[in-house]
Amino acid sequence: MTDPLRPRYLALVAAAAAVLMTAACGGGTTIDDADESGGSGPTGTADPDAEIPEGLKIDFLPKQLNNPYSDIVNAGGAEAVDELAGEYTERGGTEPTADSQVEYINAASQAASDVIVIAANDPDAVCPALNEARDNGAAIVGYDSNANCTDVFVNQSSDELIGRALVEMISAQLDGEGTFAVLSATPNATNQNTWIAAMEEILQEDEYTGLELVDTVYGNDDDLESFQEMQGLMQSYPDLDGVVSPTTVGIAAAARYVSDSEYKGEVAITGLGTPNQMREFVHDGTVEEFALWNPRELGYLAGYTGAALKAGQITGAEGETFTAGELGEYTVGEDGEVVLGPPTVFNEDNIDDFDF
Amino acid sequence: MSTPTTATTPSATGAAPAAARRTARRRPQIRELGVLLAVVVLIAATWLHNPGFLSHQGVRDLFLGATVLAVLAVGQALVLITKNVDLSVGSVMGLSAFGTGLLFVTFPGLPVPVVMAAGVLIGLVCGLANGLLVTAVQVPALVVTLGTLYAYRGLNHWWAGGGQVNAHDMPESFLALGRIPVLGVPLPAAIAVAVVVVVGLYLAHFRSGRELYAIGSNADAARLSGIPAGRRVITAFAVNGALAGLAGVLFAARYGTVDSTVGTGMELQVVAAAVVGGVAIAGGVGTVYGAALGAVLLTTITAALPIWQIDQFWQQAVVGALILAAIGLDRLLALRTARKLRGGGARGA
Repeated sequence: MTDPLRPRYLALVAAAAAVLMTAACGGGTTIDDADESGGSGPTGTADPDAEIPEGLKIDFLPKQLNNPYSDIVNAGGAEAVDELAGEYTERGGTEPTADSQVEYINAASQAASDVIVIAANDPDAVCPALNEARDNGAAIVGYDSNANCTDVFVNQSSDELIGRALVEMISAQLDGEGTFAVLSATPNATNQNTWIAAMEEILQEDEYTGLELVDTVYGNDDDLESFQEMQGLMQSYPDLDGVVSPTTVGIAAAARYVSDSEYKGEVAITGLGTPNQMREFVHDGTVEEFALWNPRELGYLAGYTGAALKAGQITGAEGETFTAGELGEYTVGEDGEVVLGPPTVFNEDNIDDFDF
Repeated sequence: MSTPTTATTPSATGAAPAAARRTARRRPQIRELGVLLAVVVLIAATWLHNPGFLSHQGVRDLFLGATVLAVLAVGQALVLITKNVDLSVGSVMGLSAFGTGLLFVTFPGLPVPVVMAAGVLIGLVCGLANGLLVTAVQVPALVVTLGTLYAYRGLNHWWAGGGQVNAHDMPESFLALGRIPVLGVPLPAAIAVAVVVVVGLYLAHFRSGRELYAIGSNADAARLSGIPAGRRVITAFAVNGALAGLAGVLFAARYGTVDSTVGTGMELQVVAAAVVGGVAIAGGVGTVYGAALGAVLLTTITAALPIWQIDQFWQQAVVGALILAAIGLDRLLALRTARKLRGGGARGA
């Protein structure tokens, strides 16, 4: 589980759907026949003043189509491409597999795309196809989930920034003093485990000595199981002051349980969630605030990063800078990583401005 | 023809030896008492370990937690008793849950009871389709419902298109169903109890209910004695579907977030609950009380495990071991009763 927003069984369901409805949705593709136009490809040295040419063909390859989260991300990407007067194409299948993605990489490559922005379904399996596309002149940008052979990876946030946001939120809600537990996804979910590790490190700082992390439990990114784990937490620690859930399924289940129980108002719930899922619980007072990176901005930044890469403003080396439209200036970090920034915090005041 | 359960049919037992009838009648009771005992022991032990388990909120959670599975198990028991099985209940429940949520989104003004009835109706239609397929095509229910499991799930996935219905989209009065007390029990749990009692009485005291046992024991014999087997089986599937629909509605009210994956994998839990509760997969044996108790046992186990702080990595293994133990114990009891039955003069079992 690298993406906290993807329901656990989506693959299974998609497989079932594909078997039964091959005709209906087996080939959700958008392969455009595009005329051949030579691309220059990433150059050796960066020229920060290079002009971004018009008409760049920028292809977005999400993990799969029909996923509400990637729909929003890509809408942001389309916006960026539109601002750059480029040509936006979305390519992908209905199943989040590397095999199907390779076909769409090849299709993008054959259509002589200038930039391929990809959320890789496998860090290695997509690389031969991506390398071939690069030889064909495409700049390769990873977003959401990286492959090992991208030129630049646009990260939604850094582990440190997310860990810090989580600690800051729970600290603010408990006034810096109290016990809390973590309701995570699966015990071996890489993302969640790194964030929890980052949290533990930040908790060592003097500012947070009043906070105690008493337990970490796992709801396996399943509504029911998260619900039951939340229930068990409250029974095991009747005096628990707060729960941090760094996964969208977990935080919604925790909030739902608390909103319908005697603990409402007694226990603080925060973590990473989507505004639509959490709206009810913010309005009814169960949840004060929670965070998530803004998926639209992620796609937007990925679009600009790809264009900057193709134009030669950056090459993916550490320290290079470029401007991403309304988001302002960004610097390429270690290992060719561009970090979107700290997650956006949602609360009663701003939650109704977001719809995802 | 010589199975003990048909012999216990009240309307047909006049000629059966009284002793055999008593023994045979005790058998389901022993099964259910065993499960009840397991529930009581588990709850008592967990309560001693952590008194918070039986706090006011804890008891409420136990009731609400068992509701969905209990309703599903009652329906499944009906189908299992006719020697069929319905593997599509998880998908049917998912369809109904999503349909319920979507109705609230599409027609925000719709009264809650109407939407709930619509959810049940979705389940009824799915169940009816299952029943018609099983009886008309004469293919084993296992295969038919395995097919509809995927078909209904695919339909749900296509319908949802990756979307999700959130708590915000549902009216407050619907989400607060669990807070309405009926004789001290939350409304959804009270509905489940009512379902158990009504279906239980129907199976025990109505001619058509008893006929389900006859069909499950020996379908050919049942048909030859003039029982409209096909119609009864269709009814069992339809009722099971309607109950799965009801479970979907209750799920939406309880959990507040509904996407196209609701109920995935639920079918196995439901069958496990019914089997643990003494409903024989081979048909003709068991009561809905047992099935409901089995559901209560399974959900109590899941609720108790976090309190015992059993490592997540072990949780599923523990549940599996407990299911095996329950079934093993049940089988032991069944064998003993069967021996007694033979000793008592009645052949078969």
